[in-house]
Amino acid sequence: MPAMRADSDGGDRDRELVAALRAGDEQAFAALVDGWSGSMLRTARAHVPSDGIAEEVVQDTWIAVLQGLGGFRGESRLRTWVFGILVNQAKSKGARERRTVPFTSLADDGPTVDPERFQRAGEAHPGGWRSFPVEWPEESMLATEVRRVVAAALDALPARQRLVVTLRDIDGFTGREVSELLAISTGNQRVLLHRGRAVVRAHLERYLEEAQ
Amino acid sequence: MTCQQFVELVTAYLEGQLALEDRAAFEEHLAQCPGCDRYLAQFRTTIDLLGELPEESISVEARAELLAAFADWKRSV
Repeated sequence: MPAMRADSDGGDRDRELVAALRAGDEQAFAALVDGWSGSMLRTARAHVPSDGIAEEVVQDTWIAVLQGLGGFRGESRLRTWVFGILVNQAKSKGARERRTVPFTSLADDGPTVDPERFQRAGEAHPGGWRSFPVEWPEESMLATEVRRVVAAALDALPARQRLVVTLRDIDGFTGREVSELLAISTGNQRVLLHRGRAVVRAHLERYLEEAQ
Repeated sequence: MTCQQFVELVTAYLEGQLALEDRAAFEEHLAQCPGCDRYLAQFRTTIDLLGELPEESISVEARAELLAAFADWKRSV
């Protein structure tokens, strides 16, 4: 008897989806394409030089998914399986286009908050805030402009950070799923996630300070 | 734990990945430091705002091609 899956509900839904696709249910396929292609586009973009090529990768991936559907055994979540195909497609396309992001290289290091924000050795509280971060007004968080700042900050991140933040915080993959998809350690995944989030926070902070 | 150390551990803390003693030190610092409490709150706000970014989508043409490909695939299996 197979071991109980932690996400057995998800597993059931995956089985229903796969059965619907195999039965030729066009609506089920359209719903999947609509639900996942945006995330797939963002993921592909980290590996290839243009939006047009990223879209090709997404299309090629869906075709490969249909062709490979008979081989899906439900050992991972359907979405993880689809994204695994996507990453392979994007990498081989990216290699042909001479742009592959070296995911196996070490995560960037160095502090994620400007060291100037903290007191130095010899001051009253070394490593303590020079002045506390300023409170963000709650009403500002609802402004459309804030969303634009977050989107622009995300776009400006280095590719690997952007990809991990996107998969984790926008698409809702787990840390384990992301580290498997990108073939990086969970620790490396977490470093990239933390750096990316910290940079986006810093952009927001600067924007809100200037807006006041 | 200093504030400068605290800010580097926020994601590990939120993921439940801190070792027991580090977690205790983190929470002790948090309870005493309004600056780091605010930093953590802003970090959470940032994550929430990221989660609210609109979904992108592929072009209408690409979608139509895929649905056509699905119809072909259906006939072939």
